[in-house]
Amino acid sequence: MNDITFELNHEQVTITADPSLRLLDVLRDRLHLTGAKEGCGEGECGACSVLINDQLANSCLVPLANVHKQRVTTIEGIATTKEGKLLQQAYSKEGAVQCGICTPGMMMASYALLKKHPHPTREQIQIGLSGNLCRCTGYNMIFRAIERAAKEGEGTW
Amino acid sequence: MVKHIIPNSLKEALDYMDGHYTTIVAGGTDLMVQRRNWAELPPTFTSDPVYVFHLSELNYVNEDDKNVYIGAVTPMSVLLDHPATPQLLKDAIAIIAAPGLRNMATIAGNIGNASPAGDSLPILYALDALVRIQSKSQNSLLPIAQVIQGPRKTILDNNELITEIVIPKDPFTFQMFRKVGGRKADAISKVSFTGSVRIEGKHVTDLRIAFGAVAPTVVRVRDIEMEYEGKTVKQLQQQVKSLQEAYATYIRPIDDQRSNKEYRMNVAMNLLEQFISSLKEE
Repeated sequence: MNDITFELNHEQVTITADPSLRLLDVLRDRLHLTGAKEGCGEGECGACSVLINDQLANSCLVPLANVHKQRVTTIEGIATTKEGKLLQQAYSKEGAVQCGICTPGMMMASYALLKKHPHPTREQIQIGLSGNLCRCTGYNMIFRAIERAAKEGEGTW
Repeated sequence: MVKHIIPNSLKEALDYMDGHYTTIVAGGTDLMVQRRNWAELPPTFTSDPVYVFHLSELNYVNEDDKNVYIGAVTPMSVLLDHPATPQLLKDAIAIIAAPGLRNMATIAGNIGNASPAGDSLPILYALDALVRIQSKSQNSLLPIAQVIQGPRKTILDNNELITEIVIPKDPFTFQMFRKVGGRKADAISKVSFTGSVRIEGKHVTDLRIAFGAVAPTVVRVRDIEMEYEGKTVKQLQQQVKSLQEAYATYIRPIDDQRSNKEYRMNVAMNLLEQFISSLKEE
């Protein structure tokens, strides 16, 4: 057991835990942030995506120790921001949410993509989401949602 | 019970590793899957994990006239965007996994894991990369082929850590990397091919060929390369069949859930032929 301290959605948290625990489990079970989902548990589906120091990361592969003194942002942390609301509206308008399991991870990948490329090409969108699987939408609605969020959020990203 | 070490510096890490059984944890992208348990349970470590991913002194890309120097915990995504990264390495990284994973994965991790399917490894072999290995009292620089000994087996002693990868800046005129996997993103290679040449006038003066995922370690055979160096592009293209035969004895693919022997052998040979037929006189 070690004390692991990190910034989570702009608040300092300290967890006393086994540092090898997966960040995903700590978020869901200890901190009750259940937005990040476990899909594959091996970094191939992106359902557990979070941001670490503003960079997209699969939280199922991150030992808790690796976020010690770092900054973690989850879907709960961006949901109430201007960017988060833009994404929610864009996803909603384009019908980019069906069963919803992949959606938090998709939104984290969308967020990271738009922060890096505020005017993404279709190819940049495809690469940006290449680590996130969706079995419902066929992806086209999600691509359009990101294009809409880029356009409607002009100047925000 | 293992002890978890989150060192504040490289020195602290090496000091602890001297005299303890340890497992190095960098980005965790491979290790956390290998050691995985049921959800909510910690992964299984049988020796003390030493977490090094946050050590900023190992996170850098530098260059001088002769070499590119890559710190061991530099994420692949940083290498992908960095102007000093060799193009061939960028080509490989661009199709390793996906952006989120590339933010955590490291090429030192690829070396430490020594998976036959590690996608940065054939590039490192082809570019004659050197690996800096440090312990509390030693610091050595070894060719990549000496560091990796077999599937998941390296030369590293328990007290040693990979701290840097050094890639010489050799002048090449044509390079090719191809990875064949089940899908474009997040695929583990069935087979990969790396070719790099220097052509001066009509002659091939430097020839480097490496195959990934078709043998226990990366296949790069200096003897074969030397036999064909000095020939003209035209001669090399006429002799492609004998070149293929020479490599066929070194390519020993396996059947597994991703592919089978015959497919891997055929694709490896076709990629070699494609590379040779793409060569042009300068």
